[in-house]
Amino acid sequence: MADQVYWEDIEVGSEIPPLVKEPDPQQLVKWAGASGDFYQIHYDKDFALGNNLPDIIVHGALKSAWLGQLLGDWVGEKGEIKKYGCSYRGMDIPGDKLTCKGTVTNKYEAGGEHCVECDIWLENSKREKTTLGTAVVALPLKG
Amino acid sequence: MAEDSVITEEMRSMIDVESDETVYEIEKEPIRRWADAIGDPNPLYRNEEYAKKKRYRSIIGPPAFVDQYSFPVKLGQRQARIISPFTRKLNGGDEYEFFIPVQAGDTVTSTTKLVELLEREGRLGKMLIQIYETTYKNQNGEAVVKSRNTDISY
Repeated sequence: MADQVYWEDIEVGSEIPPLVKEPDPQQLVKWAGASGDFYQIHYDKDFALGNNLPDIIVHGALKSAWLGQLLGDWVGEKGEIKKYGCSYRGMDIPGDKLTCKGTVTNKYEAGGEHCVECDIWLENSKREKTTLGTAVVALPLKG
Repeated sequence: MAEDSVITEEMRSMIDVESDETVYEIEKEPIRRWADAIGDPNPLYRNEEYAKKKRYRSIIGPPAFVDQYSFPVKLGQRQARIISPFTRKLNGGDEYEFFIPVQAGDTVTSTTKLVELLEREGRLGKMLIQIYETTYKNQNGEAVVKSRNTDISY
């Protein structure tokens, strides 16, 4: 993991180090087993095509788990994810290169904590943002 | 438009009605397998000795672990209440608020409720949108996570 990031080092516009994922169908099956989401659009291509989908698609919840990994890697063990959320705007297909990214939109102190707000998203290899969200994290001071 | 609505009075009567409680015993292996499925190598999710050195009793779950792990139960609770006229489903979005990290050995109790019902015309045709809020508490009655999930059927 990267070095600990501190609140003082962050400015509006700072970028979160990106996280790249290249899921294959096997990873979707692993996720199905781990999460208990056995909806066939994620592993049965005939079923997915029958549902007017272009192919089997990556689980939305897996994409949000990756955004959680993006934030967890960034805030480190002394930081804290307060909240995050995302909406699934576009479908992602296994075999594509997907990148989780984020930028800082605000920083402030509240209730003794040093918070940072971010836009977070996942984009495909065509740089289309298929998953859009926001997050609030608390970071440690260098102090 | 109203007469064409797929949202019935019976569906509306389910808004804000809390589900029964569901209890989850949080164990180590599902957390490790879950971290493997994401591809997240963080030792806090895998190595108990490491996690103990970092102020935890045991390994912790990744941020959204408990809300996503409970998916099959939540799905069953939804289908018992709202029968969508549409059989095809998509996940519209997820939001999580975290209070205390969930650790292996915790006993987590959740309740969920429908908070909003919407109807939209989309690329895939008419859609029914259900928004649910779920609260998770630990064995001490402290809130650990709250979530808001958007369920689309079309």
